[in-house]
Amino acid sequence: MRLLYFAWVKEKVGHASEEVAIPENVATVAELIAWLKSRGPEFANAFEREQVIRAAIDQSHVRHDARIGHAREIAFFPPVTGG
Amino acid sequence: MIRVQQEDFDIGAEVAKLTAGRTDIGAIVTFTGTVRDHDGAVEEMTLEHYPGMTERELSRIEAEAQARWPLQASLVVHRYGMLRPGDNIVLVVTASEHRDAAFDAAKFLMDYLKTSAPFWKRESGSGGSRWVEAEAGDADAAARWHKRNHAAE
Repeated sequence: MRLLYFAWVKEKVGHASEEVAIPENVATVAELIAWLKSRGPEFANAFEREQVIRAAIDQSHVRHDARIGHAREIAFFPPVTGG
Repeated sequence: MIRVQQEDFDIGAEVAKLTAGRTDIGAIVTFTGTVRDHDGAVEEMTLEHYPGMTERELSRIEAEAQARWPLQASLVVHRYGMLRPGDNIVLVVTASEHRDAAFDAAKFLMDYLKTSAPFWKRESGSGGSRWVEAEAGDADAAARWHKRNHAAE
């Protein structure tokens, strides 16, 4: 699965994207965040205020309780500030 | 129509293109968002976005505006990359038979774009650089359309 990071989430994680094999017991976005936080201090730092981080599955906004299913691409980013 | 681009846009040229040959339009509203300096603190603004999702979100928002109001034409252009104070960021054009639909749809498009289109602003200046934080007022503005929608049901 492809993970993408944007804005300060990307800066804290240290890269913009990566291919990962996620454990089978990770079923939701919230569980994916918990697993990511266990991967290293840069992830723990990036996702420290996880309630403010937004997620998108295959380029559609989702809540943290959304199921990952057969997602190809999951993105994490701060609240958007365009316009 | 939606477009995501680095280049600047010309408001007059965009409106002329959108309405060329049309005689059924009675009202055209344009909104332009520009880079604002805060007391000389902003020298540059960099807009990052999520290629692919940005286009999807803008198209989705535009389709929703067209479903809610009788629009003859609409256009959203959003820039990304490095901008300076005074530069254009975003253009919304709505055209309808009467002004109410054009005004309301333009505001709706901006309110929804501000809370759902995946863009992030980073401001840089003499005091360093920082990611712009989302404003609670933006979410409230988008939520108001939600309520209006429910109230109408």
